[in-house]
Amino acid sequence: MSSSAIAPARADASASERDIHVQFRDVNHVYPARAGHEAVHALGPIDLALQRGEFLSIIGPSGCGKTTLLEVLAGLVTPTSGAVEIDGRAVQGAVPDGVGVVFQEDASFPWLTVADNIAFSLKRAGMEKAEIATRVDYAIGLMGLTRFRKAYPSQLSGGMRQRVCIARTLVTRPKLILLDEPFGALDQQTRLIMGEELLKLWRETGATVMLITHSLDEAALLADHVAVMSARPGHFIEVIATGWPRDRDSRLASTPEFGALTSRLWALLRDESIKAMGPT
Amino acid sequence: MTRARILQWAIVLGAFGLLEALCRFRIITPFTMIPPSEMVVSLIRIARTQSWFAEDTLYSLRNLMVAVVIAVFGGYLAGLVVHALPRLRACLDPLFSSYYSVPTFILYPLFIVLFGIGPMSLIVMGSVFGVVAMISATLTALDRIPRVLVKVARIEKLGPLRTIALIKLPAAAPHLFTGLKLAVAYCIIGVIAGEFILATAGIGRRLSLSYNNFDNATMYGVLLLILAFAASVNGALNVWERRIHRRWFR
Ligand SMILES: Nc1ncnc2c1ncn2[C@@H]1O[C@H](COP(=O)(O)OP(=O)(O)OP(=O)(O)O)[C@@H](O)[C@H]1O
Ligand SMILES: [Mg+2]
Repeated sequence: MSSSAIAPARADASASERDIHVQFRDVNHVYPARAGHEAVHALGPIDLALQRGEFLSIIGPSGCGKTTLLEVLAGLVTPTSGAVEIDGRAVQGAVPDGVGVVFQEDASFPWLTVADNIAFSLKRAGMEKAEIATRVDYAIGLMGLTRFRKAYPSQLSGGMRQRVCIARTLVTRPKLILLDEPFGALDQQTRLIMGEELLKLWRETGATVMLITHSLDEAALLADHVAVMSARPGHFIEVIATGWPRDRDSRLASTPEFGALTSRLWALLRDESIKAMGPT
Repeated sequence: MTRARILQWAIVLGAFGLLEALCRFRIITPFTMIPPSEMVVSLIRIARTQSWFAEDTLYSLRNLMVAVVIAVFGGYLAGLVVHALPRLRACLDPLFSSYYSVPTFILYPLFIVLFGIGPMSLIVMGSVFGVVAMISATLTALDRIPRVLVKVARIEKLGPLRTIALIKLPAAAPHLFTGLKLAVAYCIIGVIAGEFILATAGIGRRLSLSYNNFDNATMYGVLLLILAFAASVNGALNVWERRIHRRWFR
């Protein structure tokens, strides 16, 4: 990675402006005041353009509005102001097509087995049984859940449940994959492996990926761009291009470029994290 | 059998034995209570010889079943509606929380005026008594559904009905069971007590008739039947509930 690769984002934007998948324009979100709570300006202003097939990771201090950002994009939250577009079409609080979301919390269905959990969306889409079986088997293998396909979520660890949710989202082959700290409940080794699997999938499907993470290493290793968010109301202080090749893997982590990138991310994030923890 | 189970049986059988002894030795006179063993004999005899037995039992069972269906499904649906309308819920909350502090049976004469002395009044009595338990349980159950599951439903683009059928109903199931059990128990009480107070048929009316005629054998036979029925329904629901809980919260 040359020093120019860590230059502020979008220096090269004009070159590939043609294929914008996701666009945020001056987006703000304020959670309205409720009994006993003041209104919270959670997010904004956010301006962002995601290329089709790009892998973006987002880091930022706790409570800075990362989940809000994701839910605005997924159509779960209508932003107070500004516009979000997917493929040029406005997302106004309606869930767009082709979007897969892995939530921060455990969203597995406790009344279904692992296999049925993963097949949930496929069955609803009316897919053929054989095709469902193939995809579910593949996902179960990928997530290392083969021995647990007939188990219920209550019999799994938190990390395994999270993998069920990841599998349930990925089997539908979304064009836009939104992941909210999906590896939060995993140990460092599993995290690395899951990260590599995600990269492989991203390469194979050409999907656009937005990954929220609190691991600087993970953000730096997986993404084309790393967006660093400020303390609340969260906006991007900087979007850094990593410059990694498409067929990257975790061996990158031992290169000096990687070290330089993570130190830079940490420098940016440190002050914001202190701000976020201080009295507001 | 676990030790707890053995102990439970020992206590139940011990209580029966004690009661049997007290009755046999006339410490409790036959005018007050007949020995449990004779209750069983009496019940079998009634079932074999009395033509009213099948009729009255079926009458009560049918009314009870209708009352349970109304209380459980009606309560669930009402719960869904009230949960979706927070303002309405705020209005109704005081009613729900004080409902069982009011002796609902004072309404029974009103039901008779409205619906006549027949199945209708009994069904209404049973379901009115049971339905609020189901509504309250549904509200609690819906409150406890993790919000993230509802978000998944939205991402999956499930409409409101599918969200209920595929997410909200199964997600709420373990908590709904509490309501189901209470509603069934209250319906049994409502129907039997209604019959006891005033009715043209039914096992509760038999109880009341034999009581007024000092026919202790019949009265205790019928009493035993009602107790056994209520206990086994409750037991069956418990087994079912435990099975679901084991799957969910192991
Ligand atoms: N439904 C809501 N109503 C009111 N305030 C909310 C709501 N959801 C989030 N907030 C507030 O908005 C801010 C941003 O929340 P958000 O969940 O987006 O942060 P986050 O960056 O995802 O945090 P974390 O890293 O801890 O997951 C927080 O201060 C939070 O308290
Ligand atoms: Mg979050």
